[in-house]
Amino acid sequence: MTQKSEEKVVFSRPKALSDVVTHYCPGCFHGIVHRLIAEAIDELGIQDRTIGIAPVGCSVLAYYYFDVDFAEAAHGRAPAMATGLKRVQPDKVVFTYQGDGDLAAIGTNELIHAATRGELITTFFINNAIYGMTGGQMAPTTLPGQVTTSTPFGRDVKLAGYPVRVCELVSTLSGAAYVVRRTAINPKEIRRLKRAIVTAFKVQMAGLGYSLVEVVSNCPTNWGMTPVESLKWVEENMLAYYPLGDYKVAEGVKDL
Amino acid sequence: MTEIRVLMKGNEAIAEAAVRAGCQAYFGYPITPQSEVLEYMSRRMVELGRVFVQAESELAAINMVYGAACAGARVMTSTSSPGFSLMQEGISYIAASLVPCVVVNVMRGGPGLGNIQPSQADYFQMTKGGGHGDYSPIVLAPSTVQETVDLVMEAFDLADKYRQPVLVIADGLIGQIMEPVTLPEMREPQRPPRPWALTGAKGRKKNIITSLFLNAPELEALNHRLQAIYREIREKERRWATFMMEGAEYAVVAYGTSGRICETAVRWARAQGIAVGLFRPITVSPFPYPELWEACRDVRKVLVVEMSAGQMLEDVRLALKDGLPISFFGKMGGIVPLPEEVYEAIRGLAA
Repeated sequence: MTQKSEEKVVFSRPKALSDVVTHYCPGCFHGIVHRLIAEAIDELGIQDRTIGIAPVGCSVLAYYYFDVDFAEAAHGRAPAMATGLKRVQPDKVVFTYQGDGDLAAIGTNELIHAATRGELITTFFINNAIYGMTGGQMAPTTLPGQVTTSTPFGRDVKLAGYPVRVCELVSTLSGAAYVVRRTAINPKEIRRLKRAIVTAFKVQMAGLGYSLVEVVSNCPTNWGMTPVESLKWVEENMLAYYPLGDYKVAEGVKDL
Repeated sequence: MTEIRVLMKGNEAIAEAAVRAGCQAYFGYPITPQSEVLEYMSRRMVELGRVFVQAESELAAINMVYGAACAGARVMTSTSSPGFSLMQEGISYIAASLVPCVVVNVMRGGPGLGNIQPSQADYFQMTKGGGHGDYSPIVLAPSTVQETVDLVMEAFDLADKYRQPVLVIADGLIGQIMEPVTLPEMREPQRPPRPWALTGAKGRKKNIITSLFLNAPELEALNHRLQAIYREIREKERRWATFMMEGAEYAVVAYGTSGRICETAVRWARAQGIAVGLFRPITVSPFPYPELWEACRDVRKVLVVEMSAGQMLEDVRLALKDGLPISFFGKMGGIVPLPEEVYEAIRGLAA
């Protein structure tokens, strides 16, 4: 008997993800989140009308990694730039990709006001509680007691205040339609994150309002851990302060 | 909409000129003495189905402009001095990204919060880059409401032509004064193609707009490209006006509001037999260095008049290469010089 061999592709690079080597550290969530966003773009068939905006931070070069039109914003200003891009071409899908320093420190004002205006844009917020690119300083989301290069004795809330909970804050704004917190510490959570990314894009395309997906993330390099240790640290410490969940799901989102 | 002649406040004329130049999007933040630009746009742009957003700050406004410019839209913002200081970062990014936009600064007294009276003390920050890095915007300096209309409209074309931010340097007097103006008819702008714009990668490779070049030779190449643009601008875009310069032994140099005040003083002095004329730069960047040099060939003394401590004064010195005695008359803190005061300063030259 002759054996017939048939090949069926079950896994490949998403079209919206460029075939290039990234500069991200081993074990970092950026690679996972990039891939999920690209898969969502492919599934929704919006590669030729999506425009991304990269932040200043570790993902500053994100425009090399996605195969869609891309702009590079000034530090913290991505939601304002997205507002300009989207308002003059409302038929496009516009997203910002921002870290905790970019979004929750220098860019808080732009975030709050884009959300409160109900801008039809989507923000992917990578929260790893540290400034990665500049070498591990305290972020607005650094946990109490956490040691960074600018909190060498651990974050003392009397001196440096408390971490910002972004989803809780943004969910109070009327213009925000979909605000959820996810993580990527295991395959189950990655699948939940993927669904949230798809939903966030759909919320924008349906004109329901502003959408934000926070990803509670890791930073093995600047936390001084192995990737596996960093996942454990996310689960035990980060998720205790930043609980996963749906913080705002406006009317109409469930019907999408 | 046809050409009309109306009595109009400077700030509203700025807005209507932008509308008639085909401005598709306006982003701004209220600040005296330019808030009427924003108010006018909030009604007019919405009526026309164009984009208007009142931003949460001047930082946000200039970055919304940056975003819309990246999409290839004809876009403008306006502000006054403290707000312009905040926009400098964004203007640097826009220049580096090679995207066009128009920024109008209706200057007020400074430094600091200063006051809301007219001033010309933003000359340095507007003409010398202001923000970080080697960039050099075109800066247009109108002296009447009509000239403001004409220059705002032209600013959009210049921005398109060079893919650079174009700035209009006005002041609180120009913004608040009412004058009769002729408004040209609504234009369907003839714009150059914009294959670089972020419009979604449909049927083409993706476009990236960034001002980040970690590889130093690449950033050097961008800088050389920018400098080549600025050289071309310096060659082709210098504008100036002269008044009663024929046979002048003395020259007054002033721009914008100071320029129109000096015109009155020069007329008075001529009537008294003093051979004086006025040289008024219309582009303060690029500064008309050769034209000022040429205009002052037979001049014995020069007087620079500004509503500042003497900022354009440095460009006049560069133009005249220390070849002539230059004196300065300036008013600061929102004080507008009177023609009488300038007239006395001219008499001082001739004494």
